[in-house]
Amino acid sequence: MAVTHESCAGMGGIRGAGDLVFRMELQGYKINDAKKYVAEKLHCPVSYLADCAEMKDLREDLNIGTTQVRPNAGIGMQTKFRIAEILDIPINSVEKFKKEAGI
Amino acid sequence: MDKILTRYGDNYIAELTPEEIRADIEDGTADAADRAQIPPLSKDEMDYLYEIITCPQKIVSVVPGKEVVVSFDAGTLKLSVRNGIPLDRLQAILTQERALASDSIELCHVDYSYKPIKPIISEERQAMEQAQLLTTLPVLYGAMPNMGLYTKPDGPCENWAELLPAGKIPEARAAQEEAIEHAIRDIVFVASGMIESGADGINFDTVGASGDADVKASLEAVRILKAKYPTTGFEVGMAGEFNLGMHGQLAFDDEIIAGLYPHQQVKMAERAGVSIFGMAINTNSSMSLAWNLARVVTFAKATVAVAEIPVHANVGMGVGGVPLSIIPSADAVSRVDKALIEIGGVDGL
Repeated sequence: MAVTHESCAGMGGIRGAGDLVFRMELQGYKINDAKKYVAEKLHCPVSYLADCAEMKDLREDLNIGTTQVRPNAGIGMQTKFRIAEILDIPINSVEKFKKEAGI
Repeated sequence: MDKILTRYGDNYIAELTPEEIRADIEDGTADAADRAQIPPLSKDEMDYLYEIITCPQKIVSVVPGKEVVVSFDAGTLKLSVRNGIPLDRLQAILTQERALASDSIELCHVDYSYKPIKPIISEERQAMEQAQLLTTLPVLYGAMPNMGLYTKPDGPCENWAELLPAGKIPEARAAQEEAIEHAIRDIVFVASGMIESGADGINFDTVGASGDADVKASLEAVRILKAKYPTTGFEVGMAGEFNLGMHGQLAFDDEIIAGLYPHQQVKMAERAGVSIFGMAINTNSSMSLAWNLARVVTFAKATVAVAEIPVHANVGMGVGGVPLSIIPSADAVSRVDKALIEIGGVDGL
């Protein structure tokens, strides 16, 4: 069922920009406003956000994580450092990491 | 006349005529409109819903550009517990992120209520901290307020479900008021710990399952937590389309909680500081997909129209028009998604 939802209607998570749009919904943005905000920050059209071809290139360029964990590709916490900066929002785990690492 | 292959709310195939489907759509939207005193679907919307339901393809999808994000209840219970796949919760989260393309995920415990998390909060925080190191997608922590756990013999309060049938109304109300205080304290304790371990948000699942006291405890807890952690997101997913009045007199900001429908529930949630509202409309297993979906979309449209925060439609087994089955058919599920997004205008699932 979850796979059907994602295939028929979802933004594709880190295949697209679903994780980024969700972060903006957590800030209280409605879906269209969240998409517009993310597209502006990524300097791309809104139509790219659920397009895995465009987002693969964009995510690799920005090193913000994709489904493929290849050498030197950003994964986990390091991607969230970049996402927090790009989206200009605080990410709780990033703030915690900085505090504990003395950054 | 040719019949159209569709489903009943119990997931089994129904072969209905076009007239029967159109009649079910009209009845479904009228039912929602009558119950909640909201506008029914327009003729154009009913026509479009008919097209979605009768589309000959097995699976349908939203128009490109209309995609929405998905959130989860019981996030890490799905693969590891329900599907019986021997995965640690962290493995389940990474599978959701990198294989199943989830937009977000929720870390949770198998005993999915806030109260039983208290004694194991350290272990839960450790799991959250590890998950946050390895993931890119937002990881929330979630559980149910589950007020029933505060009644004797499992908890300290008298059982209002026993007191009410005995006619002991004041005693039942007093027991619920006592349980609210325990629940708020437990929720704030657990959620605070998880946020301080890096959670991207807190999910309150099945809010209202024990009635209006359950709603009050959840919203009061959100209000406390939002003041304490203003940049954290809080998602509240309801238990049903109508707040049950097990107490009947409880209020939030002077507004009576019992009897509220989703377009009213969402406004109360906004006032509490909720970031994402999870609308839950019950599926009637005896009625057709057309009837259920017309009804659900009518509620969704009215809720989204007044909401200032994102509205996610709860579309698990037996809610949101999804058939009441542990294996709901993909043809029905995909039609639910398309109709809720393209007609109802929901912000997520």
